[in-house]
Amino acid sequence: MLRVLSLLILIAIWQIIATMANSLLLPEPAAVLGTMVREARSGALFFNLGMTLARVVVSFGIAMLFGTLFGIAMGRNRTLDKLADPWLVVLLNLPALVIIVLAYIWIGLTETAAIIAVALNKLPNTTVTIREGARALDPGLQEMATMFAMPWQTRFRHVLLPQLAPYIAAATRSGLSLVWKIVLVAELLGRPNGIGFEIYTAFQLFDVKLLLAYALPFIAIMLGIEALVVQPFERHVSRWRQKAA
Amino acid sequence: MLYNLSSDMFPAGDRKPLEIVVKRKAFRTSSGALSEVLRDVSLTIESGKVYALVGPSGSGKTTLLRIIIGLDKDFEGSIVMPQKPRIGMVFQEPRLLPWRSVFDNLRLAAPQAGDKEIVEIAADLGLSEHLKHFPGELSLGLARRVALARAFVVKPDLLVLDEPFVSLDILLAERLRDELATLVERTQVTTLLVTHGIEEAVRLADSILLLGGRPTGIMARIDIKTPRHAMTDAYAAEIQAQIGAIFAAAS
Repeated sequence: MLRVLSLLILIAIWQIIATMANSLLLPEPAAVLGTMVREARSGALFFNLGMTLARVVVSFGIAMLFGTLFGIAMGRNRTLDKLADPWLVVLLNLPALVIIVLAYIWIGLTETAAIIAVALNKLPNTTVTIREGARALDPGLQEMATMFAMPWQTRFRHVLLPQLAPYIAAATRSGLSLVWKIVLVAELLGRPNGIGFEIYTAFQLFDVKLLLAYALPFIAIMLGIEALVVQPFERHVSRWRQKAA
Repeated sequence: MLYNLSSDMFPAGDRKPLEIVVKRKAFRTSSGALSEVLRDVSLTIESGKVYALVGPSGSGKTTLLRIIIGLDKDFEGSIVMPQKPRIGMVFQEPRLLPWRSVFDNLRLAAPQAGDKEIVEIAADLGLSEHLKHFPGELSLGLARRVALARAFVVKPDLLVLDEPFVSLDILLAERLRDELATLVERTQVTTLLVTHGIEEAVRLADSILLLGGRPTGIMARIDIKTPRHAMTDAYAAEIQAQIGAIFAAAS
């Protein structure tokens, strides 16, 4: 309940400042809501939200999949770790903007370029987190699995994944918020739709109402995903911990 | 209590013995020098018998054990096994999957075992009440029992126990030891027990190998002729004294 109260206070402060400023550059909450409803009625809001969400999901999925694989490989193999670590550092420090622009130049202004660029931004991040997890794997359980001749599927599902789960959850949490921000930049620079594109349009028109009408629903969606997907997943994978004395 | 496991579940048969010869095992220390841990250790493990490797802490018992079960391949010598034995391993720490229930831990180790068998073996080790619990909810004693049950559900050709009673209080350790003795008797499983406890070795083993020296070798072998269930306290004490004297003379 405190969370709701906190949000209400935020909206109240917004209302007060907007009333005092009395400027088109800071519209009142009600005005933004009006624009939101208008855009929703025309279907444009849902279409653009959907496009952005789809890009977030696909690029996030790719980054998590490959980041996890690379992370496990680098965490388990020292030579590979030493070989690939400098690449990782370069990628980690490459600004998102540079990757996006290069992807558009080299691949073209396409969906593929946008997705690859966003995934590449998130990939090193996931790799580093999962690598930590792979380094911390319990060798005792590994030996146990060997002695009991567990097949690789069993090892993967019941020995490896549960140990990595907290790291995967951490990468997911930091990843979702990172990815959606980068998707907006990619859209702004080279896509004909999505929240990022609409924000670009709003910027050119100096239409703050439109800008907020698109940005706020998407924040709400990401909060929803966090509360309805990420947190239940975390609870599920750590249920054995809560029951432990 | 122990009525379910029968020897026909663990066909000892007329298997050929396992021949273990470790000529030399050395570790490289942090300074780069080679430190020899084991030299000229050879033993023959005949099927259906119980062997105890006894030695003080740091004598290379666990190292030898890891060589025998194939977790350590970096040594000079040979391990000859007629066919690859199915090993039921009990590590020093229980090494259970903390995120799986007791039942699932047993199930995952032995996917071919029927639910009924798993439940029966768990019952034999007093775990019936705990099948749905997570390992984190169990005491060390109970976790050890789960690890022991896990080694039995795979129907091992060779049961290997690494200090299975260490850090349990005496009463608990004695009870578990007696239950294990009954199980081993009943199943006739070939067993290799590593321990620093002389009494548990005397109570469980047919043959006791005393490890000592530097680098470690087998100092003496003591065969116990009396069947386990017929062993008197006086006889056990006599052998313990004999072993104590050998260790005292060596140090």
